[in-house]
Amino acid sequence: MDWLNTIIRTFFDFGAMAEVLPQLLAVGLLNTLIISIAATIIGLVLGMIVAVMGISPSRWLRIPARIYTDLFRGLPAILTILLIGQGFARFSQSIFGPSPYPLGIIALSLIASAYIGEIFRAGIQSVDKGQGEACRALGMSYAKSMALVVVPQGIRRVLPALVNQFIAIVKDSSLVYFLGLLVSERELFRVGQDAAVLSGNLSPLVLAGIFYLVITVPLTHLVNYFDNRFRTGRRRPAAPSSGLKEVKELDAASPLITGSNT
Amino acid sequence: MSLASNTANPAASQSHTFQGSSLELKNLTMAYGDIEVLRNVSLTVAPGTTTCIIGPSGSGKSTLLRGVNRLHEPKSGDVLLAGKSALKVKPDLLRARIGMVFQHFNLFPDHTALENVALALWSVKGMSKAEARERARRSLAEVGLAERADHRPRDLSGGQQQRVAIARALAMEPEVMLFDEATSALDPELVKGVLNLMAGLGKRGMTMLVVTHEMGFARKVADQVVFMDEGEVVESGTPGELFDNPRSERLQRFLSEVL
Repeated sequence: MDWLNTIIRTFFDFGAMAEVLPQLLAVGLLNTLIISIAATIIGLVLGMIVAVMGISPSRWLRIPARIYTDLFRGLPAILTILLIGQGFARFSQSIFGPSPYPLGIIALSLIASAYIGEIFRAGIQSVDKGQGEACRALGMSYAKSMALVVVPQGIRRVLPALVNQFIAIVKDSSLVYFLGLLVSERELFRVGQDAAVLSGNLSPLVLAGIFYLVITVPLTHLVNYFDNRFRTGRRRPAAPSSGLKEVKELDAASPLITGSNT
Repeated sequence: MSLASNTANPAASQSHTFQGSSLELKNLTMAYGDIEVLRNVSLTVAPGTTTCIIGPSGSGKSTLLRGVNRLHEPKSGDVLLAGKSALKVKPDLLRARIGMVFQHFNLFPDHTALENVALALWSVKGMSKAEARERARRSLAEVGLAERADHRPRDLSGGQQQRVAIARALAMEPEVMLFDEATSALDPELVKGVLNLMAGLGKRGMTMLVVTHEMGFARKVADQVVFMDEGEVVESGTPGELFDNPRSERLQRFLSEVL
């Protein structure tokens, strides 16, 4: 059973795992969550702007939104992160100080916003055209009808896709290590990798991987739950009923029925 | 079809009258791209009267309504609301004065019946939210739905949904009401209730332009009936003139198919 021992020593060295656990929790998990959540929030805001621009009646808003989306969706994440993280390092230094951490978040946000923008756009466009028309027919402006009626409906139906996007961001957050983070800024992957170098086996990385799964797997199932609920709707099965009941109720209640036109 | 046979509440029916405005279409032409779907339509609707527009599908009836409130901008011609050109005012201001009811109700599914009615009251008319809800409650009571104010559209029948949509339009105190096949999507037993409601509005002084396939309604309620085909007005007149003495061959054929 030599190979079994090798596997255990390489991947499941519990001693090495126990040693890195406090760091993974206090530094790695914390930073992964900070980076992912910050990038998601910024990505949601930018994504909504891109989406609304993308469906605007004005081509001067539509075209820039299209280019932005194509650009950040079309480039590999690692390339975008490096270009922004290093390219704007000096600029960022004057605002955030020497750490590349904020730039990493911004780069991830830009990538995320391109995807989120497409998700929002698809969601908003899937809302029945009659909704906007009903708003306009009541005298609401385009902006008001979007903000009060159409966009909220669009958002609700893309919640599952947004959770998926958050999962993608959590995984992509591992890429910011390329920018060279301070010890206290390392996220899960980097903490695991550093520990793996020290322990001489991959167990710390396996543990880091488990942490990623602990974040992402429950979310995946949450998506499925959402998905099912939206597909089947919340309507409870109803007992058979009669539309005639409503006719009676109408006759009794409606004060408008005047009777003289029979 | 016999309409409205209930006289139980005569006092309430006189409680509230409307001040409908006149509506006039002058050589209205509308197009989708290069295709003209409405050609040179002229039509006069006197204040407080009901005009029913009938005709086969594709004849441009719905397009005509959408031209009146400029959901689709006319290509040429003019629309006069209360004698003034509707094409010269801001569309949003115009639409706040014209109520529209759609075939598929178009209620906001994530709003309760009350919120559906109240939304435009605070967001367009600038009422406070409390004021808007109060007004919305009255409007729902007028269509017999006071008790369903807190239901969402999916928990209402088609007939109830359409009555909420009518309440939503009425709450804005429009000068003209447009009905676009308002009963076509309803279960048959609920059609009469909605038609009665509409007839009541006409009786109380609302100016109404009604696109409908309900010939019984057109005959009994309309002051004027307009028959359209292929984007043009073929014939118009009183219900008696059109239904009893159709002059054009097209109207004769249409009536023989639908009656």
